[in-house]
Amino acid sequence: MSSIDQSKIRNFCIVAHIDHGKSTLADRIIEKTGLLTSREMQAQVLDNMDLERERGITIKAQSVRTVYHAKDGEEYIFNLIDTPGHVDFNYEVSRSLAACDGAILVVDAAQGIEAQTLANVYLALDHNLDVFPVINKIDLPSAEPQRVIEEIEDVIGIEAQDAPLISAKNGIGIEEVLEQIVKKIPAPGGSPDAPLKALIFDSLYDSYKGVIIFCRIMEGTVRKGTTIQMMATGAKQEVVEVGYFGAGQFIPCEELSAGMVGYITASIKNVKDTAVGDTVTDADNPCAEPLPGYKKVQSMVYCGMYPADGAKYPDLRDALEKLQLNDASLNYEPETSVALGFGFRCGFLGLLHLEIIQERLEREYNLDLVTTAPGVIYKVHKTNGEVIELTNPSNLPDPSEIEFMEEPIVSAEIMVTSEFIGSIMELCQERRGRYLGMEYIEGTRALLKYELPLNEIIYDFFDALKSRSRGYASFDYDIKGYEQSSLVKLDILINREEVDALSFIVHADSAYERGRKMCEKLKDEIPRHLFEIPIQAAVGGKIIARETVKAMRKDVLAKCYGGDITRKKKLLEKQKEGKKRMRQIGNVEIPQKAFMSVLKLDDRK
Amino acid sequence: MSEAMWRQQNTEGKISIYFHIPFCVRKCLYCDFLSAPAGKEMQEAYLNALLTETRERAGECRKYTVDTVFIGGGTPSVVEAEWIEKLLRMVREYYKLSPEAEISIEVNPGTVDSDKLLCYRRAGINRLSIGLQSADDEELKGLGRIHTLAQFQDTYRWAVEAGFHNINIDVMSALPGQSLASFQRTLQLVLQLRPLPQHISAYSLIVEEGTFFAEAEKAGRLLLPDEDCERSMYWEAARILEAAGFEHYEISNYARPGFACRHNCGYWQRHDYLGLGIGAASMVDNKRFSNKTDLQEYINSPTGCRGEIQSLTLKGQMEEFMFLGLRMIEGVSEELFEQTFGSSLRQVYGEVIERNIKDGLLYFYSRELRNGGQEVRLALTRRGIDISNYVMAQFLLD
Repeated sequence: MSSIDQSKIRNFCIVAHIDHGKSTLADRIIEKTGLLTSREMQAQVLDNMDLERERGITIKAQSVRTVYHAKDGEEYIFNLIDTPGHVDFNYEVSRSLAACDGAILVVDAAQGIEAQTLANVYLALDHNLDVFPVINKIDLPSAEPQRVIEEIEDVIGIEAQDAPLISAKNGIGIEEVLEQIVKKIPAPGGSPDAPLKALIFDSLYDSYKGVIIFCRIMEGTVRKGTTIQMMATGAKQEVVEVGYFGAGQFIPCEELSAGMVGYITASIKNVKDTAVGDTVTDADNPCAEPLPGYKKVQSMVYCGMYPADGAKYPDLRDALEKLQLNDASLNYEPETSVALGFGFRCGFLGLLHLEIIQERLEREYNLDLVTTAPGVIYKVHKTNGEVIELTNPSNLPDPSEIEFMEEPIVSAEIMVTSEFIGSIMELCQERRGRYLGMEYIEGTRALLKYELPLNEIIYDFFDALKSRSRGYASFDYDIKGYEQSSLVKLDILINREEVDALSFIVHADSAYERGRKMCEKLKDEIPRHLFEIPIQAAVGGKIIARETVKAMRKDVLAKCYGGDITRKKKLLEKQKEGKKRMRQIGNVEIPQKAFMSVLKLDDRK
Repeated sequence: MSEAMWRQQNTEGKISIYFHIPFCVRKCLYCDFLSAPAGKEMQEAYLNALLTETRERAGECRKYTVDTVFIGGGTPSVVEAEWIEKLLRMVREYYKLSPEAEISIEVNPGTVDSDKLLCYRRAGINRLSIGLQSADDEELKGLGRIHTLAQFQDTYRWAVEAGFHNINIDVMSALPGQSLASFQRTLQLVLQLRPLPQHISAYSLIVEEGTFFAEAEKAGRLLLPDEDCERSMYWEAARILEAAGFEHYEISNYARPGFACRHNCGYWQRHDYLGLGIGAASMVDNKRFSNKTDLQEYINSPTGCRGEIQSLTLKGQMEEFMFLGLRMIEGVSEELFEQTFGSSLRQVYGEVIERNIKDGLLYFYSRELRNGGQEVRLALTRRGIDISNYVMAQFLLD
């Protein structure tokens, strides 16, 4: 397989709104191109992390190479690059797209275009990809393919009349998709003899091979023994192996040349050295300049993570270290909380990323965690001219030292059917949104444009959006920048002691409401003690809300049936076990989940 | 001889037997015990199996004298009296039954008549436990009980006439719709009985998972008295019954001097007992085990239904000593703990005890022994009784 005809390669990805059938179509393509028999097909081959499969979200970019025997009698090599499907991973998406020459746009025949459809297709067009549409789920009773075709032409402005009408789930119309991949997606360019220039679109840490770099060769050729250099990070290593992606496995080959998609291993110890978006070149024959578009990933959301059992602190540190090997966008540094002891302040791309890391720590590393309320990075301008990037509310300087504060703002696009416009606008208003405008997409749907503070959307905005639109609204956002804002630190006092891990930054106008809800929530979470416990919310030392946990009144087992002592003991054990999972603050024991309760403040009851 | 030594000798070589009769006329709405209505054939098949198990297990108890027998349920009085006779005959034939044994049966008004009670008496039963629960017919209906107050009064009279001199009355507090006043009326009615009963069990209702009440509570249809009201009922019972000459000897039990239920005290003081019948729990020689709960399985194989045997470690024994012993109002004896386990109570539990004394939940006191000496005991305070689970859980060792 050393000499491959460039004109027979197709590098592409699939873009879609969540749930429109991207992964299912990917499976069908892999299945129909015959590298895998049906029996080998595990549902959704590309999403190979358990978590991804459970949530139906692609987290890491995945890639697979298959061979297609086209109707023209030729054999084509397909490199299907699966892109992450969530706004948290926008940058990764953009790098995956940059590795492709074309994209398949999957649109649900019943739902039509959604906010993410638009965001993703624009992103693809921005990368000069040739995009062709596919109408999926035509077997649904509510499918309206013709309407959707017109919508694609009107809204996106790409030709859609000959879009394949398919059902990825039932394997209908897949042949046509394969043929169009050959016809509509251009073959890659680039010269195999030019200096090496390869784009890193993902990397993976393997304990045997070190970092496995996923890359697209733009120019030149790389083979075993080439000394490669990462142009942004400067890391230099000799190539140990190159190869391409079978379904779920790495298949070594002689060389990778311009136009090909594959992997490189070079005994690299840390994924930090192989940043997504960086350019790989030949250290002995470097290219003139790197590929455009590299940027250092920035954490957007921060929270404190503490081991439930303080003795597990070293385990948590090891686990974070290991996760970071595979996830350069995760960062962490040690911090100490009066309430929670030793832990880490961790930075994430977004709330989904946070949840994924949290679940992986709990599942894969068997750690019991206490997570504090997630927050964003605030810029604190001090009176002495200093600017602090605040990630932990506890570090907020004294108000007298603060000139003003800034918070991050996003531009958001929300697609919604017209009947819900009112309730969605109301929601954005509640979240301090600034209305920018609205565009109608055919008669019944509209695209709402808002600017929203990031800290208003990181908790539960998406859930609220779904519940207020009966699941119909879709949402996408981009970070816009920082704006001055009237922010305060809300402190929680339990039994008159301030609990640092419960403090958070909030807009002055919502402080009272949030404080009140927080006290109510904590009142439910904190078990009754021998004494009465006041729970107070305070801003700048002034109490703004209060609830009381009444003293324990009764906890007695009236009857112990017929000597069933085992049952009674189990009851007492449960009680004792519950106590173990508590944090002692002063003389009050607080269950760990209370620290997470801030997350659910905005539940509409 | 010290009190501890005396008690040890007094209980050594003794065992209690519990028979489980899992049948009733109709399930009460709060009941989560292993019990259900069943036809005569099913009852007989079960009772035959129970006789078989009783006979077959005798070998395990060869070194013991049977000190108490308790026939509980369910409603043991739903089965024909001859079966109760047969069970006790079996015990006499195959076990060493002490001539002073306490032999109790639970009965419900509406399932016994004068003849049945006479028959029990002839069979050797010397203690009767009558389930009254409430003296208010409306409350009885609300509980799903099958009897009225009048039926109870008949039953009580027949029991006295049959010659029972040790009778317990079960009453309940914290019932749906019950007020402090109506609970007081129930207690007063019991205290107006002549002759006065020897024993009163006063239980606070606990809504157990899987019962009709639990469903009703979830649906918000069960109007239970609040905690404050429940606690005032509890202490009101103690006040009224103590004034009438009853001693509050266990969290939910009251007895006139000399009539504390020996069988139940055995559970709290960790005496050996053998449970026979489905679901029945045993503790023999610091091993705990229970029969499984499947009726058909038991009928097919009366001795083949024992679940896993759990051998109590020394630690497990100490824990039980504390959380069971503290159910007794007199609490636990420091000396007995040390004699039983070889280490002192304060050595093992010093910190927990100190903390709970500071919190006003436990207290030490000393009392005179029959030999003129003194013993030191640890017991729950009133507040400690209110939240006894909280206190007891702390006696579990890590």
